[in-house]
Amino acid sequence: MKYILLLTGTKAEFDWYTKWSPQDFEAQAAFMHALHKELKDSGVLVAAEGLAFPDEARVVRAGADGSPVVTNGIVRGVKDGAPFVTDGVFPESKEFLAGYTIIDVESAEQAYKIAARVSAAPGPGGVPGNMPIEVRQIMNGAPEELP
Amino acid sequence: MEQPLDISIERLLRELRPQALGTVVRRFKDFAAAEDAVQEASLAAAMKWPREGIPSNPRAWLTQVAFRRMADHIRSESARRRRESELALEAANTTEPTAIETAQEDDTLGLLFMCCHPALTPASAIALTLRAVGGLTTAEIARAFLVPEATMAQRISRAKQCVKNSGIPFQPPPPEERAQRLRAVLHVLYLIFNEGYTSSAGPDLRREDLSHEAMRLTRIVHRLQPNDTEVAGLFALMLLTDARRLARTGAGGELIPLARQDRALWDKRQIAEGVALISITLPKGSVGPYQLQAAIAAVHDEAARSEDTDWPQILALYGLLGRMSDNPMVRLNHAIAAAMVHGAAKGLELLDALKADARLANHHRMDAVRAHLLELAGDPEAAVRHYRAAAGKTGSLPERNYLLTQAARLSREL
Repeated sequence: MKYILLLTGTKAEFDWYTKWSPQDFEAQAAFMHALHKELKDSGVLVAAEGLAFPDEARVVRAGADGSPVVTNGIVRGVKDGAPFVTDGVFPESKEFLAGYTIIDVESAEQAYKIAARVSAAPGPGGVPGNMPIEVRQIMNGAPEELP
Repeated sequence: MEQPLDISIERLLRELRPQALGTVVRRFKDFAAAEDAVQEASLAAAMKWPREGIPSNPRAWLTQVAFRRMADHIRSESARRRRESELALEAANTTEPTAIETAQEDDTLGLLFMCCHPALTPASAIALTLRAVGGLTTAEIARAFLVPEATMAQRISRAKQCVKNSGIPFQPPPPEERAQRLRAVLHVLYLIFNEGYTSSAGPDLRREDLSHEAMRLTRIVHRLQPNDTEVAGLFALMLLTDARRLARTGAGGELIPLARQDRALWDKRQIAEGVALISITLPKGSVGPYQLQAAIAAVHDEAARSEDTDWPQILALYGLLGRMSDNPMVRLNHAIAAAMVHGAAKGLELLDALKADARLANHHRMDAVRAHLLELAGDPEAAVRHYRAAAGKTGSLPERNYLLTQAARLSREL
């Protein structure tokens, strides 16, 4: 079973992150490097990627002729029971994806254990960050047989 | 210019490679080196045989060449490290395989026992089996499981290490463990088959190949163990299930349940083979879960139309299967069969009794079956609720599409 471990943050959190000390960056990068190597060596790593900062995030929708319409932000919500979309800046509360790790494991419990390891990546001063990691199963193929 | 390898030689080599590998591992106890040696011997065969013809005993030829390669390998290793083990030296000094090693024993089963070692996780055992016994390349296995090649290579090398560290030598398991170890082999073959069979439809034929590889290997085990009724049962189950493959998905890749499949698309030849096999196997006694599942598949496959299905017989078979294994999915299927025989109310009653099973309480199949039975019972409103609940919980994309479509169809009629 494949799971994706998602690390997200608000813009404020990204700003805070850019102000870490060099030692803190290095400690965190070394931790993640070692963890990914361990996952690869144990045959469970499928992919691990970091994403560019949200400053350059753009939202693209198809125009009437199918050409890309690129905007700087979008506000989504539900009004009168139907979803609505408006152009505009991203709200402060929006969570951006910072990076993800895809693993191929035997069970959800094993995925949770690995997510806890990612969550414990060191923050400032080497203190475990205890970051929230969203764990989602990647959909697999068809079931054996339907009733 | 490189000539494409004669297909019959390629097929022959595929069949012989695990036998030779098993023999070399048994003699030299070094799996990784044995694999290299057999690989080199296969290459030599692929070059030589098309030109000079296939030798009269191709397996002996392959084993002999692999033995010589092993001896060369050990000598050069020994020379370099100067700390050769007695075992390796002894093996190197007697490089010629004995008559028994080349002529009589088929070591494929021994190799399977090693690859499906109890110390391995299912994923590792599957990868090692496909590599060592199936002869698939690491890249092919990685593609089939949609993971990077480097990850799959690590999984395989760790599996080998794990078998080595377990201290259980490469040899047939002792008689008291044999039955249990054979069950482990069958389970791995069953998982490989399902991995191929349950993959979503689409252009990715690689995964379908996994089912056929599992069937090829199970056919070999059946040939080596013709009197084992569960081996025969598993092989029949694969034949009877795979026969429905083409009818299982529609043009858009959507799942089609058994009841609505176009039975003209079922593979008649394969059904006949499966039915014949399970029919001669069941009367032999010592009936096990694979035989019962094959028997159920046979009853489905033998019905010309869905409404001709012999549900009382399926219900009886699920009753037997339920007494034999504590699999919650068997109980769910038993409830469906009961509903088909005694009416939806009976099926729903059985589902209620399963609520206490923690393995099922939050399982999407529980909701999916309940939705199906509620629909049969004429309660579309509740059925829609449970179809949607099941859709939210399933990990399968085609199944989620199917469940949402069921919910949509019913709610339009409300």
